[in-house]
Amino acid sequence: MRDLAERALEAATRNGVTYADVRVEDAKERHLTTKNAKPGNVATYDSMGVGIRVIVGGCWGFAATDEVSAKGLERAANLAIEIARSGAMAKKRDVVLAPEDAHEITWASPCAIDPFSVSVEQQLQLLMDLDRELLKTSGVTLAESSFVCSRKRQYFASSIGSRIDQTRTVTGAGFTAFSFKDDELQKRSYPNSFGGQYQLKGYELVHELDLLRHAPRMAEEAVALHSADACPEGEFNLVLDGSQLGLQIHESIGHPIELDRVLGTEANYAGMSFLTLDKLNTLRYGSDIVNVVCDARSEHGPGLGTFAFDDEGVPAQCAPIITNGQFVGYMTSRETAAQIGQAKSSGTMRADGWARLPLIRMTNVSLTPGEQSLEHVFDTDGIYMETNRSWSIDDKRYNFQFGCEIAWEVKSGKRVRMLKNPTYSGISTEFWNSCDAISGPEHWTLWGVPNCGKGQPEQAMGTGHGASPSRFRNIKIGSAQID
Amino acid sequence: MNESELLSRKKCQELFLAVEQAARRAGISDIEVTVGSTADSLTRFANNEIHQNVSERTTTLSVRPVIDGRTARASTNRLHRDGIQAVVDEAIALTRASEPADLLPLYEDPTISDGQHYSEAAASCTPSQRAAQVAEAIRIVETQGQTAAGIYSTAENVEVLMNSRSLFRYYFDTLTQFSITAMASDSSGWAKATSAIHQDVDPIALAERASRKATLSANPRELPPGRYTVILEPAAVLDLVGQIFMDFSGTAIADQRSFLNDRVGEKLFGSNITIYDDVAFPLQTGAPFDGEGVPRRALKLVKEGVPRQVAYSRVAARKAETETTGHGFPLPNDQGEAPVNIVIVGGKTSLDEMIASTENGILVTRLWYIREVEPYEKVMTGMTRDGTFLVRKGEVAGGLRNFRFNQSVVELLRNVEALTASERATGEEAFDMVVPGMKVADFHFTEVTRF
Repeated sequence: MRDLAERALEAATRNGVTYADVRVEDAKERHLTTKNAKPGNVATYDSMGVGIRVIVGGCWGFAATDEVSAKGLERAANLAIEIARSGAMAKKRDVVLAPEDAHEITWASPCAIDPFSVSVEQQLQLLMDLDRELLKTSGVTLAESSFVCSRKRQYFASSIGSRIDQTRTVTGAGFTAFSFKDDELQKRSYPNSFGGQYQLKGYELVHELDLLRHAPRMAEEAVALHSADACPEGEFNLVLDGSQLGLQIHESIGHPIELDRVLGTEANYAGMSFLTLDKLNTLRYGSDIVNVVCDARSEHGPGLGTFAFDDEGVPAQCAPIITNGQFVGYMTSRETAAQIGQAKSSGTMRADGWARLPLIRMTNVSLTPGEQSLEHVFDTDGIYMETNRSWSIDDKRYNFQFGCEIAWEVKSGKRVRMLKNPTYSGISTEFWNSCDAISGPEHWTLWGVPNCGKGQPEQAMGTGHGASPSRFRNIKIGSAQID
Repeated sequence: MNESELLSRKKCQELFLAVEQAARRAGISDIEVTVGSTADSLTRFANNEIHQNVSERTTTLSVRPVIDGRTARASTNRLHRDGIQAVVDEAIALTRASEPADLLPLYEDPTISDGQHYSEAAASCTPSQRAAQVAEAIRIVETQGQTAAGIYSTAENVEVLMNSRSLFRYYFDTLTQFSITAMASDSSGWAKATSAIHQDVDPIALAERASRKATLSANPRELPPGRYTVILEPAAVLDLVGQIFMDFSGTAIADQRSFLNDRVGEKLFGSNITIYDDVAFPLQTGAPFDGEGVPRRALKLVKEGVPRQVAYSRVAARKAETETTGHGFPLPNDQGEAPVNIVIVGGKTSLDEMIASTENGILVTRLWYIREVEPYEKVMTGMTRDGTFLVRKGEVAGGLRNFRFNQSVVELLRNVEALTASERATGEEAFDMVVPGMKVADFHFTEVTRF
């Protein structure tokens, strides 16, 4: 890979090119799903290619190819340069990059059990066993389980002298029980919806999740939801489980702090952000107990946003985002950091493969654990919601609405009644300012969101979100009015 | 022209032969091969300048053996001899490791079902040509004191499916897309078009439209949430109504995860709702064959408000004791099939006539971040975006702050009061379809956001 990267960089480094970097990526993935204890998708994907990024005349150009012959690299480099030159027709300013050192490193994410070394037979067997366990419960009408793993090795080389060889291994697994009865479809998923839990780990994650043990409870809850009362409408104290809170962080903190959104470069698709530059260090984003970091370092945990260097050669960092409720930081790139006068990038540029341009993406945007016990968090009259079912937020990230798979009425710290079809909504900053209890590190989990969409052409990225069950005061619940 | 320069028929046949020989060496004779090739370029602009400008080119080979009732798929973009051998070995090992599935023998059909939607102008469009059009679109928006953001992209794609039962399907197309958001101090406007025919996408006209919307929606007022008569432009119809079509699937019904469970043949929508799936419709694009190579048949999904037909892959058709409709996804999969060439039959009311006939209502340009809240009545939530207008006494009376909606699509299709003529529409939440604009009574807005 190193030779390929050097040849690509050489092809791209010529008169007029003021900066160039190349990423050579070798990726493989395994996807397994089952439905009602029969194989669904059984597939592997293997891909290798080169993405070449250049600055010419103050404009960016990018071309990617899987033709890795000398001719293919030359053609891609020429195209990247031609593309950059065309940008002069609509240019307001020259691209300026915040300074960065040259780095040389080889790094691989920890992986106790290589997920590709575990046989497909064994992996499918687990999924089919899960389906069978779910189907044992009368009323479960559909059982689905899934497993995914990937290994991506990337070699980054830049004209400032960086040479970075990184390998990341990701594993994910989960299951869902569906129950259709009397014109109503209910479901329960474990450990999270939309495929389960994903982390920067090997097959040890699957062992840790202990999926089979949780299958009977999920199946029973899916069926029991038909008999549950509808979640009431009104203002209630709300307790969220860690997985739902992870997605809440993703949508109402993670995306708004992307500096490219703030500066308008995503305006046509993903949108912009309410966190205009005047809000930095002045906005009370949350209550005093709310602390959020954007942390790509291994010390933060095995998140989908954990790495050694981002995709433009900037080291992984822990950047404070919200400190004691105060908004203190954006996620930045070398270009956007320079635009707002910051000395360095916070290292959040990521591409979803060799064929795509790096963009500012969440790494691990996490709510740091609180000091309260779980009993304290639940010590309220209100509603507890678990496991995401729907999520939506406006294009500046003010107004959100989430739905969950299940809820319970809580009275004096006890779950007293199951509730179905729960939803809640609000305005991002009002929501975070209403936070009055966050449970401690023993309940904190680094959740994985595997499919965050952004960019044109759209890229899907894995992000991490650490959270522990937390409580919010007087939240608007049930405005979706599902009868 | 009967093939793309990206990937010739001869090259595909050579790849198939190499795969077939490698498989035979392993004692496997039933094999399906798909090859896809893409060259996609996109010029992206924001803050009135080009800021991201990209191109990608790749070819993927995918191999699916069938062994003793089992199947699996392995894919690679390494098309040299060792790469082909490795992907065949991987596909065979994966298939052997899998379990028996509901499966039919490889599809056989000696008839030709190839297709193309190709524009030389799109395939040969250069970075400079895209940049020149973008510069002019920016100038139009900037002249109004507004800020432009958007994309101009041109792509060429080839999709080929072959199997050891002598099946050979070849499809190629181009796609030109232009999308633009014009932003003023407290308002914005949006316009987007896509077409296989490069000249059908007019960046200048789209820029003028987006800019006009931004101007008209300035100084937005706030209206309380509630039920309103809405006029949904085609892009808004596409993105919202487009959420229901995965449910027009024999597999989804068999799985009891479709809102059509026990409802096919019932009067579910208004009598003015008729929906087809037809790959041959002039404004449609896409291959005329499905993921197994079965020719796509036209379906009358909804006739005068009554769901009539759903899509069936070969396996789903066998289970339902009916015939395949040619809408199966590539195997193996767990979703089965879905219609993907939607045509909603339009009416004769123009958008201007809809506005003129509305005493008190809301005109919606575009919807955003649409997600399913409840699956049986298809309650969807989402936001309005980039051009939401008050309609009073038959006229557009200014911009409105954006709403959140929670709206059943089943109910919406019962409440359609008028339809425009259908057009090829494009948005960001559903695939491109041919749909009309709709005037809808009692649309349910539940909240208002801050802009």
